[in-house]
Amino acid sequence: MFSLLKKRHLSNATGRKRKLWQFHGGVHLPEEKHLSNGKPLRDAPLPAQLVIPLQQHIGAPARACVRVGERVLKGQLIGEPEGYISAPVHASSSGLVSAIEPRAAAHPSGLQVPCVVIETDGADQWAELPEPIMDYQAADAATLRQRIRDCGVVGMGGASFPSNVKLNPGADQPIDTLIINGVECEPYISCDDLLMRGQAADIIDGISIMLRVLGAKQCLVGIEDNKPEAILAMQQAVVLAATGKVIGRPRAGETGSNQISAKQIVKGQARNAFAERIQVVKIPTLYPSGGEKQLIKILTGKEVPSHGIPAQVGIVCQNVGTAKAVADAVLRGQPLIERLVTVSGRGVAHPCNSRVRVGSLASGLIAASGGYRGALAKLVIGGPMMGFRVDSDALPVTKATNCILALTPEESPDSGEPLACIRCGRCAEVCPANLLPQQMYWHARAKNLDKTQDYNLFDCIECGCCAHVCPSHIPLVQYYRYAKTESWAREREKRASEHARERHEAREARIERLERERQSMLRRKKEAIAPKSKAPKAAASTSTGAANDQGDPKKTAIEAARKRAAEKKAAAAKVVASTSEAAPKSAASQASGSAPASAPVFADEDQH
Amino acid sequence: MITAIASIGAIAALAAMFGLLLGYSAIRFHVEGDPVADQVEVMLPQSQCGQCGYPGCRPYAEAVASGEAEISLCLPGGEGAMLAMAELLGREPAKMGEIAEKPKCVAVIDEQTCIGCTKCLQACPVDAIVGAAKQLHGILRSECTGCELCRAPCPVNSIRMEPIPETLATWKWPFPTYQRLPLPAAARIEHAPSVSAPVELEQREAA
Repeated sequence: MFSLLKKRHLSNATGRKRKLWQFHGGVHLPEEKHLSNGKPLRDAPLPAQLVIPLQQHIGAPARACVRVGERVLKGQLIGEPEGYISAPVHASSSGLVSAIEPRAAAHPSGLQVPCVVIETDGADQWAELPEPIMDYQAADAATLRQRIRDCGVVGMGGASFPSNVKLNPGADQPIDTLIINGVECEPYISCDDLLMRGQAADIIDGISIMLRVLGAKQCLVGIEDNKPEAILAMQQAVVLAATGKVIGRPRAGETGSNQISAKQIVKGQARNAFAERIQVVKIPTLYPSGGEKQLIKILTGKEVPSHGIPAQVGIVCQNVGTAKAVADAVLRGQPLIERLVTVSGRGVAHPCNSRVRVGSLASGLIAASGGYRGALAKLVIGGPMMGFRVDSDALPVTKATNCILALTPEESPDSGEPLACIRCGRCAEVCPANLLPQQMYWHARAKNLDKTQDYNLFDCIECGCCAHVCPSHIPLVQYYRYAKTESWAREREKRASEHARERHEAREARIERLERERQSMLRRKKEAIAPKSKAPKAAASTSTGAANDQGDPKKTAIEAARKRAAEKKAAAAKVVASTSEAAPKSAASQASGSAPASAPVFADEDQH
Repeated sequence: MITAIASIGAIAALAAMFGLLLGYSAIRFHVEGDPVADQVEVMLPQSQCGQCGYPGCRPYAEAVASGEAEISLCLPGGEGAMLAMAELLGREPAKMGEIAEKPKCVAVIDEQTCIGCTKCLQACPVDAIVGAAKQLHGILRSECTGCELCRAPCPVNSIRMEPIPETLATWKWPFPTYQRLPLPAAARIEHAPSVSAPVELEQREAA
């Protein structure tokens, strides 16, 4: 049973025990985090050139609001958001804008996207930042959300969804729990680990702000048990913020040991009321515990509905990096212009974590890590499981780039040509989304996209567990990615053709209507010409009843005109007589009685 | 004898009853138009280009539904539309024409040469061209289906077709085919190791 309840030993910052659940499947992977997590965090050197993509988030790309040749300052807005689901982009250092042009993006397609290129001047001069909102506990949620949006904060776990949108689930979806994702389950990556060890207090501030915005009752911080230092640092920070007390005895020589500085204690004494709601939860190491739906399952036992979002079950999930960025935005007014990036793999000389400006090129980071070492099998942006292979290292770091991997052939052996599926079913055993990877594979391979969707293709999180365990080395995730993007493309085409059909039908209807109108106009015109022969006939037949069809039309017309004149005279005389001697009532009745007689007269006049 | 007459009478009565029932339901549940043609029409790209030889997508859909047209005539729909029609109608998938599938295009009017004759306006099946007599015409990119019907009437050849550039939003993952991975560019430059030529295995994949 997938919903197997498992109680696990667990202690959190406040000493309470918490029950944990398990998601279906998952795999244990070689962690390889030791390559980078033992080294101190460094600041990456300021590159001579920054290439800042205008689309680093899900939604509409930002619109450049600077011009080529303009001098920009660090933190200055260079891309305005277009629409609600969009995010602004800021300059990550001061310098001159040398170009606004398409450049290769860190994307599996290798396509070019519009970027703002800044030649840095080395001054690293800050622009005027918005006023910090120190008293966020009293601040309005909408104000805080607006600040988060203005500072360009997006989800930093990888999907880069605009955070202000995620923090605004709407009144119909009350949020009970905020989940902070510090799991970092992919091998090699350790930037969130270093962030939690070094800046736990900031993360707690960010969490408190998000709790204020969402009005959530509790916050669970999920961290895998392979990061004991990060867990300790976070627990210390929570207790410090809540009570002002320092807990735990940091071991000597530990990276995170001296993080509780005097300054932070002073800050902690302000007593953060929200910190009492925060609970740090240690979870067992299992890939992919860091998946949003998987983490929700582990921590709360709730399952997010298929095609649904966590807000539907009263949960919002955010990455620890996002919490830090929220704290920077609200408490310091700083936009999101830098992030921690792991440069790792045995193909680089000195793997490490560094604080990197958005827009720095991967090549510069690798050079700062001592350059390449030995033969490379591939270069990967992101983790080895969910990341994507790139062909060049001249790619800018975006808000979502958490890792750059240079893998050697030993680390990433070419498994050779895929063999036939032997239907062993191991993919289904490890699938954390409870899908049937094998069935989806067959249908995707046959390009039978509707069938893949019957097997809930769109619930696949592309974690790569199925491909990892496949004894035939079938690139299963590639098939699902193909099927997903192809389905979206077909959907787009269908919508476009539906739109075209509507327009075509509207055009046909318009042409038909115009034709009808033209016809009726022609008919009216014809009638306007015709009455010379026809209307008198009618008049003659009504008045005399002895009209001669074969007679001269002119004569009959004159005859008719005379008759009409006589009738008119008679009618006028009658009306005058009746009004002069009789009551208005009888006059009215007589006038109405004479109306039928006068009607054809007017009609005739109209025609002439 | 009476039994025979009774049974004949009963059968006749039943026949009349069912006849009336059928007649009534034929009127009551009458379906306007051809539902198969409707289904086929949904599968067509609605570019109204006429490349199939029928004056628009609806007439082609009707022809396909009645069985008088091949299912492989729709070039803009390509293989996808053909396979969908084959599936719906239970026909054998036919081979598409020799013409290679063209990338999706939109028409663009050259501002320098357009004389404002309105001929293209009348040709556009989806009203994607705006303009007036002796005024420069413009094409609404979002509405243009790329049917090329406006090109022929233009007396000064000022309409050209431009392929729609691929963006991150429209990019698709390719169908997986096995290739020995070439080394990343950076590594090639620094170490220049021997790289075996990429092995094309599409044929093996297909087999």
